[in-house]
Amino acid sequence: MSDLRDLYQEVILDHNRSPRNFGRLDGADLSADGHNPLCGDRLSVTVKLNGDRVSDVRFEGAGCAISKASASLMTEGVKGRTLDELPKLFDRFHRLVTDRTAPTDDAELGKLAVFAGVRDYPARVKCAVLAWHTLRAALDEGSEVVSTE
Amino acid sequence: MTGVTAAAPAGLDVGRIREQFPILAQTVGGKPLVYLDNAATTQKPRPVLDALARYYAAGNANIHRGVYALSQEATEAYEAARGKVAAFLNAAEPAEIVFTRNATEGINLVAQAFGRGRLGPGDEVLISGMEHHSNIVPWQMVCEEKGARLRVAPFSDRGELLVDALAEQLGPRTRLVSIVHMSNSLGTVNPVGRVVELAHRQGVPVLVDGAQAAYHMPVDVQALGCDFYVVTGHKLYGPTGIGALYGRRALLEAMTPYQGGGDMISSVTFERTTYNEIPHKFEAGTPHIAGAVGLGAALDFITGVGFDAITARERRLLDYATKALSAVPGLRLVGTAADKASILSFVIEGVHAHDVGTIVDTEGVAIRTGHHCTQPVMDRYGVPATARASLALYNTEGEIDRLVTALTRVREVFGPPSAP
Repeated sequence: MSDLRDLYQEVILDHNRSPRNFGRLDGADLSADGHNPLCGDRLSVTVKLNGDRVSDVRFEGAGCAISKASASLMTEGVKGRTLDELPKLFDRFHRLVTDRTAPTDDAELGKLAVFAGVRDYPARVKCAVLAWHTLRAALDEGSEVVSTE
Repeated sequence: MTGVTAAAPAGLDVGRIREQFPILAQTVGGKPLVYLDNAATTQKPRPVLDALARYYAAGNANIHRGVYALSQEATEAYEAARGKVAAFLNAAEPAEIVFTRNATEGINLVAQAFGRGRLGPGDEVLISGMEHHSNIVPWQMVCEEKGARLRVAPFSDRGELLVDALAEQLGPRTRLVSIVHMSNSLGTVNPVGRVVELAHRQGVPVLVDGAQAAYHMPVDVQALGCDFYVVTGHKLYGPTGIGALYGRRALLEAMTPYQGGGDMISSVTFERTTYNEIPHKFEAGTPHIAGAVGLGAALDFITGVGFDAITARERRLLDYATKALSAVPGLRLVGTAADKASILSFVIEGVHAHDVGTIVDTEGVAIRTGHHCTQPVMDRYGVPATARASLALYNTEGEIDRLVTALTRVREVFGPPSAP
């Protein structure tokens, strides 16, 4: 069992306590709701676009520290990026939290690299990726609720 | 604080009990396992493990109709296990015990083989608000098909069934009441005898879901007067994949089987099939013979310890745990019924249950977190999830102390309850 501090990094605890970009965007261009039936967590993501660039993004919902902080840091990480960058970013993030051989200091991920500790807690991977699945559903313009199951 | 040292209260020597459960000697991440997820499944004592090994090593054959000695023996062992379940629940006769995979399958069997034929448009099935999904969804399925309506009796903030409200919901259209004996997320022990009395006054049959109750307290289906009672083996210190449905003979006989196959027939032609007698007409196909044998051994184990000793011991431990957890800063117990047993659901202010579960796991303490397959109960309390410690006869005060110590780690990680 690895050290708890590897999972609950100070940055994660900070974003859990004070989530950034929390709420809903009025007149959003894209939106989706996500659901993790395992823990009952639900969250919504709303996105505003400027051309093919994410000009603003917000999330709303309740969940554990990992899912809340992941959503919060995701909103910071994707703001200003172009739409076609996002699937690649999600793939890198997914590898970070699931693959024990993936680098833990991927510069491309920036602050999102604090979630590397999740890979040692397989039961918590779904918490870390819920926001990302929801964002992807918003990009796919699917309006139904996505599920981590 | 090691979890294995405990005062031996009169009637039950916890140390000696624990010696019979090999899994309890394990360590998790270098720390002794503290297993407090008994409401999900209990651990298995040596006599159950031995019975399973012995059956497969020396007793395995398919049952019924075999003319050779081994098949006779397997049949006798399987039917002897049925007799043990009947005695355990005090059924009038073994024929009133149908082996199932688990309690869920027992409820589905009644929903399909009993409910389906009796429900029509506008009819009602009455359950309580604290049911496990397994006592909600099978009724929703059959109600939807038949145009019937599922009604839900409410419970109080403490988690106590509002019996008067339930009585008012019992009406001329009620065809069945299906209610949990002991709630898996709140620990509440419902006054099912009283519910049966009220329902029977109106001629309404009652199913009792005993998945949680049956390993904590003696169950006497004849004294309760219920019409159906379901249990699951893996919560009775027995194997997974085996459970039982008790049904009154007259009701079982009147029911049409919902699964067809071998063993459930007396004769088959392409034109017509005659069903077997009860209980066999509900046991299509080769059953979980080893599971039944293991369940029989588990019931012998429970009976050997005795419910007088078990309930007294578990009562004392629940009181100890209730006091200990109540003293944890920011912790709130969910489910505080006057009549409750062996389950402590709780939330910690400002910390999600899943974070609590992960943190105590690093201390070797296994508890469950989530909605416990009772999402409506979570909605009732306005929480997304709870953490749940659930006790069995082998748990100790030392293990409760270990849980409390592990919970202090939650505060170390997340800071005090009043953190900004």
